[in-house]
Amino acid sequence: MSDETRTTYKAESPALEAWRMFRRNIPALVGVVLLTVIILATLYGTFFYTGDPFEIVWAPHEPPGVTPEFPLGTDYLGRDIIAGMLTGGGPTLAVGAVAAAITMGIGIAMGALAGYYGGWVDNLLMRVTEFFQVLPALLFAMVLVTLLSPSLFTIAFAIGVVSWPQTARLTRAEFLKIKNLEYVTAARAIGARDKRIIWTVILPNALPPLIVSATLTVGVAILFEAGLSFLGLGDPNVMSWGLMIGANREYILDAWWPVTFPGLAIFFTVFAVSLIGDGLNDAFNPKLRER
Amino acid sequence: MSALLDVRDLKVRFALPKPSLFAPQPFLEAVRGVSFTLEKGRALGIVGESGSGKTTAAMATIRLVPAAGGEILFEGEDLLPLDDEAMRARRRDIQLIFQDPYSSLNPRARVVDIVREPMDLMGIGDAASRLQRVKELFDLVGLRPDQLNLFPHQFSGGQRQRISIARALTTNPKLLVCDEPVSALDVAIQAQILNLLARLKRELGLSYLFISHDLGVVRHLCDDVAVMYLGQIVEQASREDLFNTPKHPYTQALLAAAPSLARRKSKGYVRPLKLSGDPPSPINPPKGCAFVERCPMAQEICRQEQPVLKPCGASQVACHFAT
Repeated sequence: MSDETRTTYKAESPALEAWRMFRRNIPALVGVVLLTVIILATLYGTFFYTGDPFEIVWAPHEPPGVTPEFPLGTDYLGRDIIAGMLTGGGPTLAVGAVAAAITMGIGIAMGALAGYYGGWVDNLLMRVTEFFQVLPALLFAMVLVTLLSPSLFTIAFAIGVVSWPQTARLTRAEFLKIKNLEYVTAARAIGARDKRIIWTVILPNALPPLIVSATLTVGVAILFEAGLSFLGLGDPNVMSWGLMIGANREYILDAWWPVTFPGLAIFFTVFAVSLIGDGLNDAFNPKLRER
Repeated sequence: MSALLDVRDLKVRFALPKPSLFAPQPFLEAVRGVSFTLEKGRALGIVGESGSGKTTAAMATIRLVPAAGGEILFEGEDLLPLDDEAMRARRRDIQLIFQDPYSSLNPRARVVDIVREPMDLMGIGDAASRLQRVKELFDLVGLRPDQLNLFPHQFSGGQRQRISIARALTTNPKLLVCDEPVSALDVAIQAQILNLLARLKRELGLSYLFISHDLGVVRHLCDDVAVMYLGQIVEQASREDLFNTPKHPYTQALLAAAPSLARRKSKGYVRPLKLSGDPPSPINPPKGCAFVERCPMAQEICRQEQPVLKPCGASQVACHFAT
């Protein structure tokens, strides 16, 4: 009974306590700083660095660091890469976030219902899930975007619709595992209804892998948007990192920079989101708090 | 004294996967017609080896496992036909303590919330009175008020079981179903928890349906004992009768198998029976007595005819040769 010695433990609000925990997590803080810088740059960068990302301003394939006006050089048409990165970041991040939200929303709902109720509900929902899984994701997304006419939201929607099955399967597996634990039976024994058990008892305990999966989904969605843009299905009037990579990909052997800089931007964004996701996961796990 | 809980001919079975599409649905017969009565303020122990259906019978009694047949009369009202909402309301009076104190508490909830949750769900009192009640319960089960805001993992096994007991007592239940509440604990802690349960029974007038495989534990706490074997009760008696003069050969073997220091001096001493083999499969229960393959006094009638529970002295015994 070693816990007998602990005397006081002041209760804080869960959010405050999570923040206290999060604050001590250096990698997560790095992620927050990184993501904040990226978001601020895409939101406000154009105030300081004006320039139309579609306008041809210089000779094509100007290497970075040669001309002071265009520190990151120009692309195959002679368009300014910095202007493209700053204006293209917002749409890219927005698509990533919205697509991840849609993915998690559909996936968690389907997986939770299938895993909790089992039986014919499980069978029905999992067959639907498999139907979506066997469709080639990129093709299906292309069809959806074409049908709905390309815009930022339809692209995000299409990405969400093709990527939720994995989340659904993950959620279902967690629910199958947790629903047979005794604290779930205990909740039923004290008269909790299904809704309460699913959302307030099982889901919080199923969250750790789901949070990791959500952060990965943001990255996948950004790359997916890049893929669609590359295939010419992005919104052609909106600059995005994916569009830059797609347009310049053919010339990568002659000029590495028009592809590399947006690629790095995507990499750092996904990296930052992953760090934050890990940090959040730890911060909301009571077992790690006492360390 | 009126019966608090009167279970009649309770049956539970689990559907097994069909071997082929057109084959009849196979079932595992986990509880095969169990009847028992629990008087108010008393403790009924159900003992049996693993797989005897004792936990399933208890879970079916409080409708956490669906029953296939029978009646469960709680204060004279049959629980089985109740719809979900009516059953929810009844759960106020029937609470449960689990075997494993490590998995029976939600790891993401503070213990104050765990103990308070039944009141939230049943809409008992307001926020202040609920907190007050939680503090009383903590005091009652021997926890300190400064531990209210801790999480379950910060407690030891015995303390967790106290939290579990506090949660079960929150709604002032009349019946506590205890599913092996001490078998996951150290022996020293077992005694503490058993004494706590005995004190609560005395002070609050609780009734217990107490599931255990540990005869010593049952002997310490229970007034009456039922012995289960392969989904059926083979002997039911008061504690004194069962431990002093066991009638069913299975009960005798169980008692003989329990280590004891003063065994030979007790007056109902029978030569230890050694059991070999395993119980038959509950998927295809035998036609006659389920114990026949392991019984030292089995005769032809035991294979043909299933013995029923009938009075034998002060006990109820299901054996053709009980005297």
